[in-house]
Amino acid sequence: MLAHGGFDFARTFDSFAPLLADGGWRVVSWDHRGHGDSDHVHLYSWDADLRDAAAVFDHTAGRQAVSTIGHSKGGALMIQLADAQPHRFAKLVNIDGIPSKRPIPDVAEHDRTKMLVGELTGWLEHRQRTAGSQRKPGTIDELATRRGRMNPRLSSEWLRYLVTVGAAEAEDGWRWKLDPSIRFGGFGPWRPEWALMRLAGIGVPFFGMLVNIEEEMGWGTVPDDVRPFVPDGGRLEVLEGVGHFAHIEQPAEMAGRVLEFLGGPA
Amino acid sequence: MSTDFVIHNRCQLALHRLRAGEGRPLLLLHGLGERSPDAAPAYADRWPGPVVALDFTGHGESTKPIGGGYTAEILLADGDAALTHLGGATIVGRGLGAYIGLLLAGARAEMVLGTVLADGPGLSGGPSVPTSQPVFSFESVDGTPDPYALIELGRDLRPPDYAATFSRMAVQRSALDEPITVVARFRPSWLRAVAEEPGVCEAASVADALVNYRS
Repeated sequence: MLAHGGFDFARTFDSFAPLLADGGWRVVSWDHRGHGDSDHVHLYSWDADLRDAAAVFDHTAGRQAVSTIGHSKGGALMIQLADAQPHRFAKLVNIDGIPSKRPIPDVAEHDRTKMLVGELTGWLEHRQRTAGSQRKPGTIDELATRRGRMNPRLSSEWLRYLVTVGAAEAEDGWRWKLDPSIRFGGFGPWRPEWALMRLAGIGVPFFGMLVNIEEEMGWGTVPDDVRPFVPDGGRLEVLEGVGHFAHIEQPAEMAGRVLEFLGGPA
Repeated sequence: MSTDFVIHNRCQLALHRLRAGEGRPLLLLHGLGERSPDAAPAYADRWPGPVVALDFTGHGESTKPIGGGYTAEILLADGDAALTHLGGATIVGRGLGAYIGLLLAGARAEMVLGTVLADGPGLSGGPSVPTSQPVFSFESVDGTPDPYALIELGRDLRPPDYAATFSRMAVQRSALDEPITVVARFRPSWLRAVAEEPGVCEAASVADALVNYRS
């Protein structure tokens, strides 16, 4: 089972997944709600994504445990699902999806309050605009260029390919399928480091990979913050010279690492 | 009573006009699993302005989403849609509505002139730190309240320092010296933290609290 990251969709595994299939695995992934070809819905939340994931596991494997790979947000989701429903998991791989404590800017309380007000205002204004809003249309090249700002290390050839599977063409051009009401950033009571509490309790073989090149969509996770929480018998590796989308940058190397950990299907 | 519908993304929210009046509206936010009252409550008898009440998403006559996904922050945006429609208000929140009222008081301090936090269903919320929570799903049910709302909003995380940040935002940016009044007798940890903040006062009843917020 492959779980994609935020603003991605299952087809972002199109170069990586076939290599796992070559290793003998049946590979399944799904588009999170509002992403790719899945429905745009009224509400989005972490709880809802977990529930959707559980439905996919039910549909695909019933009560059987399956080996699972999660990237970015998909990786963090799978840590939480493995904590809540461990029976679903045989082995768990996490690709740059382990958050650690967010660095807090060294600013005075008053300035921090102003920063939060700015975030809140931006978010509320976004919510006021979303009814009926559409993503901006463009050519394949234009959409690829826009996505390149989020994926600066990925080739323009790959980004153009992503447009053809992650966007829909209309009379006025291509638009990303992603629900326009989904927005970067946000706020709330959740703290990234809370994921580490659940990571420590994972009871199945665990293989986590962090990358050492920071980029726009990366989380800036500090490996030394994560190491104390790696579950018993688990592995954590820091990949040198690769960015947040390691499985797209280096599909063969990443598939090799994962297959070495997973072995063959039972 | 008449009802307007305001739009928040894909949801239509019912905004009930319980009583006419002149001046700043009093906006009522109901508790978890409740709906707006049919008539203005007695505590609003001496409020000079109109009295209106919002049905949150998944409650009362508002849209019931498919597949849940509720958070307090989404309900904050529900309240913001109502505030924008009204042009500003004083807020009385019950239970869950009290927590949402606090978030609104902080996020929209320029539009909220006084918020009263009262007892009601959903006041406590969930734990203040993450726990191993069940992942569940329901068969579709007719009508409101939405079972997903009852579960998801009944267990959402409300760390005391997060709540206190919103009271600070309200106090720093409001035109009022004491923009938040706590009348709730039950004090979950988030509300205890808010009650201890400077600029947050207490009153014995909602009616008493509203005396200070009359325009």
